[in-house]
Amino acid sequence: MIGSLDPRVPDGPVADKWTNHKFDMKLVNPANKRKFEVIVVGTGLAGASAAASLGELGYRVKALTYHDSPRRAHSISAQGGINAAKNYQNDGDSVFRLFYDTVKGGDYRSREANVYRLAEASVDIIDQAVAQGVPFAREYGGLLDNRSFGGAQVSRTFYARGQTGQQLLLGAYSALMRQVAAGTVDLLTRTEMLDLVVEDGRAVGIVTRDLLTGEIASHSAHAVVLATGGYGNVYYLSTNAMACNVTAAWRAHRRGALFANPCYTQIHPTCIPASDEFQSKLTLMSESLRNDGRIWVPRDPDETRMAKDIPEAERYYFLEEKYPAFGNLVPRDVASRNAKTVVDQGLGVGPLKNGVYLDFAVARERDGVESIRAKYGNLFDMYERITGEDPYERPMRIYPAIHYTMGGLWVDYDLMSNVPGLFVLGEANFSDHGANRLGASALMQGLADGYFVLPYTIGNYLAPLLGTNPLPTDHESFRAVNAEVAERTRHWLEIKGTRSVDWFHRELGKICWDNIGMARNSAGLEKALSEIPALREEFHADVRILGGDEGLNTSLEKAGRVSDFFELAELMARDALTREESCGGHFREESQTDEGEALRDDDNFAHSAAWEWTGSDTEPIRHTEALEFENVALTQRSYK
Amino acid sequence: MNTINLTLEVWRQSGPAADGGFVTYEANDVAEDMSFLEMLDLVNEQLIATGEEPIEFESDCREGICGTCGVMINGKAHGPEKATATCQLHMRKFDDGDHIVVEPWRATSFPIIKDLAVDRSPLDDIVTAGGFIGVNTGSAPDANLIPVPKETADAAFDAAACIGCGACVAACPNSAAQLFTSAKIQHLNLLPQGQAERWKRTEAMVETMEQFFGSCTNHGECTEACPKEIPLDFIAYTNRDYVKSKIKNRKLAGQS
Repeated sequence: MIGSLDPRVPDGPVADKWTNHKFDMKLVNPANKRKFEVIVVGTGLAGASAAASLGELGYRVKALTYHDSPRRAHSISAQGGINAAKNYQNDGDSVFRLFYDTVKGGDYRSREANVYRLAEASVDIIDQAVAQGVPFAREYGGLLDNRSFGGAQVSRTFYARGQTGQQLLLGAYSALMRQVAAGTVDLLTRTEMLDLVVEDGRAVGIVTRDLLTGEIASHSAHAVVLATGGYGNVYYLSTNAMACNVTAAWRAHRRGALFANPCYTQIHPTCIPASDEFQSKLTLMSESLRNDGRIWVPRDPDETRMAKDIPEAERYYFLEEKYPAFGNLVPRDVASRNAKTVVDQGLGVGPLKNGVYLDFAVARERDGVESIRAKYGNLFDMYERITGEDPYERPMRIYPAIHYTMGGLWVDYDLMSNVPGLFVLGEANFSDHGANRLGASALMQGLADGYFVLPYTIGNYLAPLLGTNPLPTDHESFRAVNAEVAERTRHWLEIKGTRSVDWFHRELGKICWDNIGMARNSAGLEKALSEIPALREEFHADVRILGGDEGLNTSLEKAGRVSDFFELAELMARDALTREESCGGHFREESQTDEGEALRDDDNFAHSAAWEWTGSDTEPIRHTEALEFENVALTQRSYK
Repeated sequence: MNTINLTLEVWRQSGPAADGGFVTYEANDVAEDMSFLEMLDLVNEQLIATGEEPIEFESDCREGICGTCGVMINGKAHGPEKATATCQLHMRKFDDGDHIVVEPWRATSFPIIKDLAVDRSPLDDIVTAGGFIGVNTGSAPDANLIPVPKETADAAFDAAACIGCGACVAACPNSAAQLFTSAKIQHLNLLPQGQAERWKRTEAMVETMEQFFGSCTNHGECTEACPKEIPLDFIAYTNRDYVKSKIKNRKLAGQS
């Protein structure tokens, strides 16, 4: 452990930091903004909102997405909602309470000042979204409706049926397209960032590949913004979309950006279990199902009867038995780990014995089938569509799946990485959720970063650069990176091995899930650290990519992404091994309370770990940022 | 695990300018729990194993919400199941021995990129023409200052549910994009926030649409194919708004 990173948090009380900082930061005057060029990579909630807002301010923006349209980013899949401290329900909510809940929910591993600013911005996000026409749920009086969500005792979640993510993304996308029409944003679709260009220690541009023609191109700018999402697909099976990847962030990491807390990954407890080896992704169902569903497995591992024929006494309601106070409503990580324990004991249900029952029989008896249909109808339909089983007749089968990653590129208070000129927003950075993200907070963070943080902080970086031009793309630095990217592409096509990219990705995913998944221990992590490089070597020697580098070639795209997942996986294992404590989504079996709960070690690990790349075959360097808690007292979570 | 065997006839085309044609593949031991796209993944694994280039098709979320996927299955956009995107169609809906024809979206305004992947960028052009409310970041009033009757909000939501997959165009005998365009227009035109730019938006989006797509003759195939079941009503509302806009004195726009 060397060095201590300075997050450059402004002085003063937490409630005044952002206000004071906004005044203290340097400004770029309106007429000068057009002299600056900014590249925004990714057009999900964070990227689209940032590109649109920067365009409105007058900056010249180039926005890139590998999708065919900015409206397809994975932000679109978020179901539940978005938190905001509006206190419209008169139930005692406040910016401070949202801040407090988020720091506590993150198991005291996030930076207080960032979280407070997030809670402040939450209020403005709702105003902005409504003005854009986002159709949030409303009461009959025409005002906005709220619901409650995990980890909070107030109703502060705004929602749009089961598709809050899609509606917020359509809002940000419409704002982005308005700027495209206005000519302030140049939108490049089907364009993937494959490397970052750093000159004199500053981020000066990127190198991309056109996914339709294969053309490698250089783009220069005064600043580069990455809003490229999380890395959950390192596990192969996750609730992420097929194309979600770590490449942009990882390539920036290899160019000097620190990667923080990669071992903080979040498991969602109520997903539909995999049905066969060719399953391509897992589907999440809203956690609200646990309000009425009872979770159990048969006590007999050799049970063959249908669920309804198993007598009460032969059922093991493991959450209700272990946690009488919270029962089936224990937090995500506790519910997930306990499901894994019973499945590992051979008590799992379903054809592959890889799930647990979520049973609505009692609620159906109590409230009637119509009440269940009204509350969960769309989820029941989705379940039946995917599994072919009718959840009104038999219990659902559920199992946890990877669904969000809290780790990401290290950023300071201004959301700038340690490489000046490189900003990182949304799930791609590490800043706001600590070791565990609360529900309805991902959308909030992506939009806060893009609409309300970056547009201020980027000016502070750009102002002193007035009068400078972006580095020409024929500069030696660009040409060198460009050649490296072209060489990597050729490398994949020249291997002509025997196995598909997906085969290697699945194998990597199994190593990660078994050893760096819901529960980790030093033996498993050591095992991962020896198996991953071996498989990586095989990948580079034996992967089979057919076709050429001109024209659409999905296998070729995937090869580069999986290659970066291999390197990230190793860092995840190393980070998890070094963090000898349990916190949030990171559960080390060696560090638990007598009751089997996650046990933090605040004396030794109240810090973020940010890793420095030193090469493919050398160990990375671990830097730390001390976390200070001046406003929230550190406590041990207990749900008994 | 129940499995079925299928014969696929898949459109293969190496590039936008190349000639395409159907190629027959046997898809054996397909698990009924697989989605249609996972079945194609399986075929692709077999193709890679035998040294043949895999079939290019587009997909991302595989939850039916991102709108990236979509192919014609036996002549139907997104296949036989109503209100279902291709990624949410499961193989248990097919029988052992079935013969399945798989084609890309059929529409001249969606040129083929490769195999089953097409270019749907004209849909974004329609949105760029006016599918937004002109509100800069930071200038919004408090959200509850704009009450929206629940019925209005619900109707706007029904339009906003469009996932932009392009199935409506592919299903239409005229390759018209009225359902997509009117969903985008009415989502905003129905809301109080969308009134200031209502008439300008309607004209700009409709006229951009007409540069790319065919004309609507009320077949209704679009709504049948739509994975989100966007109703035809929105096309009628849009026609009304378009006509009104054409005869409107813009200086009085605020008085409607």
